[in-house]
Amino acid sequence: MTTDQIKHLESIALRIRREILNLSQSGGCFTGASLSLADIVTFLYFHYLNLPSPEAPERDLVFLSKGHDVPALYGALVEKGWLAKERLSNHLKTQDVIYWHPNREIPGVEFHSGSLGHLLSVAMGVAYDLKLEKKTNRVICILGDGELNEGSVWEGLLVASALKLERLWIVIDRNQFQANERTEKLIPLEPLEEKFISFGISTVRVSGHSFNDLSRGFLELEAVSGPRCLIADTLRGKGVPSLEDRADRWFCNFTVTEVADMTQELLHGETAKLSSMDLCVR
Amino acid sequence: MKYQEKLLALSQDNSDILVMTAENRAPLREIIPDLGERFIDTGITEQTLVGMAAGLALRGRIPVVHGLASFLTMRAFEFIRTDIGIPHLPVKLVGFIPGLLSEANGPTHQALEDIGLMLQIPGMRVFSPATHEELVSELENIIFDPHPWYIRYTQREHGEAFPFIGKEKIRSWGQANKVMLLTHGTLFTEAYQTQKLLELLGLEVALLHVPYLSPLPEKALLNSIEGSEHLVVIEDHFKGGL
Repeated sequence: MTTDQIKHLESIALRIRREILNLSQSGGCFTGASLSLADIVTFLYFHYLNLPSPEAPERDLVFLSKGHDVPALYGALVEKGWLAKERLSNHLKTQDVIYWHPNREIPGVEFHSGSLGHLLSVAMGVAYDLKLEKKTNRVICILGDGELNEGSVWEGLLVASALKLERLWIVIDRNQFQANERTEKLIPLEPLEEKFISFGISTVRVSGHSFNDLSRGFLELEAVSGPRCLIADTLRGKGVPSLEDRADRWFCNFTVTEVADMTQELLHGETAKLSSMDLCVR
Repeated sequence: MKYQEKLLALSQDNSDILVMTAENRAPLREIIPDLGERFIDTGITEQTLVGMAAGLALRGRIPVVHGLASFLTMRAFEFIRTDIGIPHLPVKLVGFIPGLLSEANGPTHQALEDIGLMLQIPGMRVFSPATHEELVSELENIIFDPHPWYIRYTQREHGEAFPFIGKEKIRSWGQANKVMLLTHGTLFTEAYQTQKLLELLGLEVALLHVPYLSPLPEKALLNSIEGSEHLVVIEDHFKGGL
């Protein structure tokens, strides 16, 4: 990737992170898991995927199975111009569908999610249809690492491999955290790459915060066949050091001042003063 | 015509129809070679089966999804509710060996909750035919209906002429009486024989077959039971079915 391309993506990712912080007040959101995904959605939506419009038949199809990081997706859809930025002020209000999880009424959301371990199989159904139609759209299914606890994911991988779903691309946001605990402390997942490979899925592992790495990873996967997986190593809370890599900042509801402080931290590195309760929801 | 012959004929007329199963192949076996890639066996994976059906329906396909009634409706219940029910996708779920028909397998295989569970999903249609003939006669309408459906599969035959259900979606035998037997699905013949036996004994008993449990043909049902002092439901299901 060129320096200009990377700078362009970095500026988009920064704006997406600002939107995530804005959504972390007045009811809050899953801030940490959204920040870990910000660079991945930026890369997918503004560099890698073919997304001319939410309804274009030739578009690639993104299924956000770890739906609680939807603030990152909202940010990307706003940047795309598919979702009016003003609608984000309806977050958690009954007159709109801007919830803690994706809703299909939002342009660009291919399918609703929330309950973990569902969208791999839904994405597989879409990939099977594309196979029958001999279409070349890519189907991207974004899973969280905590979500990999769900048996339905592993069941789905077995079937995806058996059915040779060529159009299926799985992306793992490997931010090392379940809701409350480090994955390796609660339900260890490593060696994760080997697990996916042993299930018949071609897999590469890169940094989920390096656009060059993401680009290289997806290029490597283009050279192989069958269902593919990119494990993106990420940091929960990435971009706001006060939130980074902390088990107690899974779901947060911050004050207006704290959001302003965290925005300063994001933009200028000044440490935010955070006194709001650590975990509001478990 | 058998179920699988009808399903194949419909599939040959409409390429959107896909036949799916979680390795329960018995009532499909003869047509699998003819379906080619439009037959999908996901193995013993009810959750993946249902999730994939949702994805296929999202693309405009009509998945006809087969599984053992107990495993399909219970193992995959949340997938049915969340991925088919909430978006109201036109997936057709077909539960094999419902009720107590699998008694030799023990309690794990019995499906005495399937209808009740499916009735809990808003918009889910439920059809419990008395005979194989009734199942086949209604299949085309159900497959091309835009709603999600749960069908209780049956291989039973009734022996004597069994008139097709009319547009009121219920069928009655005997005169409106003191006692009305209500039934659906696999226990129809037993309910029918019971009604005939009680009639012979001089008791005033009528029988009503209600194969469509959702949406329930309420008006026709209320008209039919009017004047009955006692209603007796005969079904192979726990409380919460008909």
